[in-house]
Amino acid sequence: MDLSPDQTIFWQYGVIKLNATIVFTWGLMFVLAVGSKLITRKLSTELTRSRWQNLLEIVVTGIVQQIEEVGLRDPRTYLGFLGTLFLFVAAAALATVIPGYEPPTGSLSTTTALALCVLVAVPAFGIADQGLGGYLKSYMEPTFMMLPFNIISEVSRTLALAVRLFGNMMSGAMIIAILLTITPFLFPILMTALGLLTGMVQAYIFSILAAVYIAAATRTRKPRLTSTPAPGT
Amino acid sequence: MDSLTIIAVASIVIAGLTTGFGTMGPALAEGRAVATALTALAQQPDASATITRTLFVGLAMIESTAIYCFVVSMILIFANPFWNLAIAHAAGK
Repeated sequence: MDLSPDQTIFWQYGVIKLNATIVFTWGLMFVLAVGSKLITRKLSTELTRSRWQNLLEIVVTGIVQQIEEVGLRDPRTYLGFLGTLFLFVAAAALATVIPGYEPPTGSLSTTTALALCVLVAVPAFGIADQGLGGYLKSYMEPTFMMLPFNIISEVSRTLALAVRLFGNMMSGAMIIAILLTITPFLFPILMTALGLLTGMVQAYIFSILAAVYIAAATRTRKPRLTSTPAPGT
Repeated sequence: MDSLTIIAVASIVIAGLTTGFGTMGPALAEGRAVATALTALAQQPDASATITRTLFVGLAMIESTAIYCFVVSMILIFANPFWNLAIAHAAGK
């Protein structure tokens, strides 16, 4: 019984291994990218629009609304990163209905890669918003004694993100695999449904936590002055 | 008992105990979290979106400690490095 899709190897050349994780990730990337391209080929702003465009608009406006509710002031700048995180993890979970598919997020490599993306993105957005000095100063909040703890919390947050997603996906796949060997067909189907639900919740949790970390890194200490001059000057 | 048996017994027993004890704490904490969220929902039904979202985020954070215990149990049973090392030694002899 293999613990992750890393152990199913399709093709090997020396040290380069093409395992199930990579193949399924490529499949997901292909479906998401080509599907979006096909749907957005002819966008319409009329009252009648295709169903797929409606679906995409629901998804995008939903994500934008969630990002705004977390407290980020300009959701469109973060929509690319956070939306991609959510869509990838959600698609990886939803595709479990396809037989023979194992979610690539059930491998610690994929979830660590996604968590490392968040680890890099949080300082990137923070520096873009507050400048390098301002962002580095935020590590000293509230007193500079907190500097080692803030650094440790950055690392442990990343680790927690990776292990949380990996554990949820791997446990779902493993429970289904174990049940398939010992019980009639009804119970694995119920567990697959539960796995779908937890997969969607974990996708939402991953992206919302990333949004909260980015919001914590980009909040300003002083109120931002607008560029309009005061009346009368 | 030789070392192979000791490793096997220790891994199996501890794997069971890890999941058993590791899920008690998060279950109690999640019960309290849901109870408080329900009270808040009953008092302010129009804030239900915020309360529900915060509840889910909090539940996921609490759940992750149980997931850590589960991952340790799975590693002990299926990807145990000490067992693999001992098997390699016994096969090499």
